[in-house]
Amino acid sequence: MKHMKKTSSWILPLAALVAAASLTLQTGCKPKEPGSQAGGAKATAIQNIGSDTMVNLAQAWAEAYHAVDPSISVEVSGGGSGVGVSALINGTCDIANSSRKLEPEEEAKATAKYGGKHPDEFLVGYDALAIYVHPSNPINEISVEQLGELFKEGGKINKWSDLGITVPGGQDEIVRVSRQNNSGTYHYFREHVVGKKNDFKKGSMDMSGSKDVVELVANTPGALGYSGLGYKTDKVKIVNVAKKTGDKAIVPSIETTLNNTYPIARPMFMYTPPNEPEHVKKYLNWVRTPAGQKIVVDSGYVPLPEKEQTK
Amino acid sequence: MPSAPATSTAATPAPRRKPRSLIGEKIIEFFIRLCGISAIVFVFGIFFFVFREALPVPGKISLSSFLFNTDWYPTSMSNVRFGIGALVLGTLSVTIAAMIIAVPFGLGAAVFVSEFCKGKARETLKIVIELLAAIPSVVWGFIGLTVMNKFIIWAFGVPVGLNVLNAAILLALMSIPIMVSIGEDSLKAVPDSYREAAFALGATRWQTVYKVLIPAAKNGLLAAVLLGVGRAIGETMAVLMATGHAINNPFIKDGSANFGFMFESVRTLTATIAAELGEASENSEHYRVLFLIGIVLFTLTFIVNVTADLVVRGIRKK
Repeated sequence: MKHMKKTSSWILPLAALVAAASLTLQTGCKPKEPGSQAGGAKATAIQNIGSDTMVNLAQAWAEAYHAVDPSISVEVSGGGSGVGVSALINGTCDIANSSRKLEPEEEAKATAKYGGKHPDEFLVGYDALAIYVHPSNPINEISVEQLGELFKEGGKINKWSDLGITVPGGQDEIVRVSRQNNSGTYHYFREHVVGKKNDFKKGSMDMSGSKDVVELVANTPGALGYSGLGYKTDKVKIVNVAKKTGDKAIVPSIETTLNNTYPIARPMFMYTPPNEPEHVKKYLNWVRTPAGQKIVVDSGYVPLPEKEQTK
Repeated sequence: MPSAPATSTAATPAPRRKPRSLIGEKIIEFFIRLCGISAIVFVFGIFFFVFREALPVPGKISLSSFLFNTDWYPTSMSNVRFGIGALVLGTLSVTIAAMIIAVPFGLGAAVFVSEFCKGKARETLKIVIELLAAIPSVVWGFIGLTVMNKFIIWAFGVPVGLNVLNAAILLALMSIPIMVSIGEDSLKAVPDSYREAAFALGATRWQTVYKVLIPAAKNGLLAAVLLGVGRAIGETMAVLMATGHAINNPFIKDGSANFGFMFESVRTLTATIAAELGEASENSEHYRVLFLIGIVLFTLTFIVNVTADLVVRGIRKK
């Protein structure tokens, strides 16, 4: 009798808990509705997720656009191009920022998600990938090939002396500063410098933000890292990059990016699910007007050529 | 055990009680039970969820190459490799190094606060140590990335200061508050008669501590250390920023054993999950392998807990 009473006294709360847990699990697993649907009476929200390279820029656009159309609030979050793209595939954002083109398989997944319709792609500007070193480092130029040998698996360059450089402080090892593997910057660097079929050499510092790369390089005399030109600070030095060893090394800038002489510059995209609502379309149009593109310049990136801008 | 006297005293006055208070008591009892059982439900719920997300993968990836291979290339275009060997070694090296620093300092501080310190100094010290626990881990990570990085480069002349030592110092500082408060509690729990007896026999304060109090408080001190280990294994944000997040086997360099592993950059299991889970599209192989890493972490902490339990039981039998 006593024993029975004991069992029944904990069975009931247990059952209640399980029921509650399964309820929350069910609601928790539901795919998020796109923000535009939840808008309601006041500000309509646009969910803008993705590229860490573009996050400062996207934030600046969102703030400026509030003055243009106060009824729209653009909510920006970063995480990396991969995060943006998977949000696009999962249908949890209105606009996905990406500092690389969609991979074919991602495109296929997104198309499948939206019933056979392709996501829309908008080119919104360019980013020059700068090579950063510590200000005390005497190096002035490096070629894409040398960068490849430095960063790829099995590459031959490991020490500053391999590049003919003596770093003050006596450290000869090159500390490679890279990005985590969902970063658009990482993907771009692999495709254009390391080689699409190659992998990165193990042991690089894989930072999770563009800013962190610059921060680490600024504090580490033997470091070399890549990050967007927009993240330049006074505490780091930019190395000019040549296409091939022996070619003229090019300074990353708006001109050299637009005339295609700087070898590691890349387009920045915004992707939307197909048939985006009118307010999203309007926002993306504004981003590509001279007013929107001025913010690109102010944030340290490279704007679209004038003829590609919208009116 | 404690319920026995309660029921015996409650048994006599029970018939006189008003039915309303009886119902109130039942409801409260129900909620307390609910709280107790919820822990079990949550643990099993988490187990279930993690296993469900991870399980379809192991067929394709051989267990030995998953656990022992040090090549982690989950997003490679040409040759995808999921080997977490380097990540396991990273977690172990950081945890061990952190404990080497934290155990003497943590237990030492516990002994000092509980036995040697009095009055205001003691209260201040306790508050300050507890403040240490209130610092968020991102802040620790940021300190590691900026201040400690520079300091380690300057002090040891190594190329980069984001390494095992950096993360271990941060983790030690993060786990010391737990060790101190639990260690101090267990020392305080030793009856004063033990101390009085030791002093009466002519023992100095130090002799009392290490001959009488530490053996008497063994269980609690061990629990303090193991909670610190748990904190160190599970910590994510600070180690993500302070270890350098580099895939690297710290114990082997250029094919031979490396005793300077303190100065190697590593990457831990937790940091890998944190950095990569956001990107991995749901149900992809990468996503499942990240959950598999979660199971490996579970197993590691499980082993730590079981060992602790066995050790504590062993001590009790004596």
